[in-house]
Amino acid sequence: MGMNMSEKILAKHAGISSVHAGQLVTCRLDMVLANDITAPPAIKIFEGIGRPVFDNAKIALVPDHFQPSKDIKSAELAKIVRDFAHEHGIVHYYEQGRVGIEHVILPEKGIVAPGMLTIGADSHTCTYGAVNGFSTGVGSTDLGAAMATGEAWFKVPEAIKVTLTGRKAKDISGKDVILTLIGRIGVDGALYKSLEFAGEGVAALTMTDRLTISNMAIEAGAKAGIFPFDAITKAYVDGRVTKAYEPVEADADASYVQEVRIDLSALKPVVAFPHLPGNTKRVADIGAPIAIDQVIIGSCTNGRLEDMEIAANILKGHKVADRVRCIVIPGSPAVYKEAMKRGYVDAFIDAGCAVSTPTCGPCLGGYMGIMTAGEKCVSTTNRNFRGRMGHVDSEVYLAGPHVAAASAILGRIATPEEVK
Amino acid sequence: MKHEGKVWRYGDNIDTDVIIPARYLNTFDPKELASHCMADIDATFAPNVREGDIIVGGRNFGCGSSREHAPVAIKASGVPVVIAASFARIFYRNGINIGLPLLEIGADALKIHAGDKLRVDTATGVIEDVTTGETFHAQPLPGFVQDIAAAGGLIHYIKQKK
Repeated sequence: MGMNMSEKILAKHAGISSVHAGQLVTCRLDMVLANDITAPPAIKIFEGIGRPVFDNAKIALVPDHFQPSKDIKSAELAKIVRDFAHEHGIVHYYEQGRVGIEHVILPEKGIVAPGMLTIGADSHTCTYGAVNGFSTGVGSTDLGAAMATGEAWFKVPEAIKVTLTGRKAKDISGKDVILTLIGRIGVDGALYKSLEFAGEGVAALTMTDRLTISNMAIEAGAKAGIFPFDAITKAYVDGRVTKAYEPVEADADASYVQEVRIDLSALKPVVAFPHLPGNTKRVADIGAPIAIDQVIIGSCTNGRLEDMEIAANILKGHKVADRVRCIVIPGSPAVYKEAMKRGYVDAFIDAGCAVSTPTCGPCLGGYMGIMTAGEKCVSTTNRNFRGRMGHVDSEVYLAGPHVAAASAILGRIATPEEVK
Repeated sequence: MKHEGKVWRYGDNIDTDVIIPARYLNTFDPKELASHCMADIDATFAPNVREGDIIVGGRNFGCGSSREHAPVAIKASGVPVVIAASFARIFYRNGINIGLPLLEIGADALKIHAGDKLRVDTATGVIEDVTTGETFHAQPLPGFVQDIAAAGGLIHYIKQKK
């Protein structure tokens, strides 16, 4: 029996020739990641172990959640991370002004690469499956231990093959693909499993689409969401990744517990209704208009240049509806700067959007766009749980950048087709 | 370990945002986290939970964020064990790592009700519902994960191995 992509990466890092689903293995890690919420408890765990860091170039500390500090307590968290990073000479530590959202900057800077094994104390660490790596979220204890040992244990996951066919229409993005998939298999449809993408439709997806799709694998319960390595991956990582890397390819006789097929050409713009990412509906099927109070465009899911481009092209020459706040958050300094150069930031400000420095901020109800009772937000973020963006009686509707920008203009959930 | 306590019953897909909302994540002090535990789904939990009480959930308990603050908040509330139909993967791992036993019992979770008195043996996975007289058996932990749990969590396990 051959191996799928997850099995190949885990086997290689366990130092054995093959593994199979269900097996428990201890693996060497290529990168371990934490942010300003999860690093402080991990540092406490690490210090309790009493060993040096396993490799100061294989630890990434990215203060992005409550930073620039929203209050005194979050300034204390940032200080713990900053002091630790300087004391241990952590190579991939980024200070304000240089920091972006973790899952935007790690691929952007080539810190994660094909074939790599990464754990991160952040559930959206699964994002790096887009560049053909195995990466998964863990808690602070695993992370603190890994900073000392450079190892973690894994149960080799069973895999679901997601076969993509066809080409998506204009105004459809990776967000519509992943929300459609989660809507179909459910928020625990891939629990304990990996999603492995395959099929000729993969070639029709940009790297931004793939990063968005892998990012939300966790919202189906998945441990990882991995794309095959192809010319698009190569074009993306070349010039970013400076060290040698080894892509993985699923064997023809690899085993999968299930196959899900998605015809990209049949996809329509969708939103996920409160309070689960799997409550997916086509925008066209909504019925009575849903008036909104806020729009968020950004996050580790949709804070990349292509997302900014899509939103700017729709917002350009229009105004955000009177009663709506639209907050745009480029995911990294590089995205922000390029968005300025290309005139996207002008388009946002002229339309009446607030444009923020990179932060996770509103996605998790941290700051920069918190809602009060009864308010509704269309958001390009990844979770719409109860109370996620503020008051327990506020509502988040998840969508891609096309629907978010169109909704900002019309003041209700809408598609770009409806914007004149 | 054997535990006896009253059940706090919750449904499917209890996410870590309702277990401990992000607005309280500017600290990692267990007692302070416990004071906000379950705030966005059950405001009566934190003020009324007693040492030894047991949380029983449905499918996919602990889904969402990887924040270890969620199992920490539950443990610091005095809850010695969580039982559910199934657990989200990262929450499950975090529970084992911090020494909060988690027992998975599938559809049997539906047979346990709020306020029931349970006797739980985390070593054998046997759960006795004293109120209804029913007994349930949880899945055993796989392989060396049992050793991590028996050591009281990952850090104790690593220190033992050293």
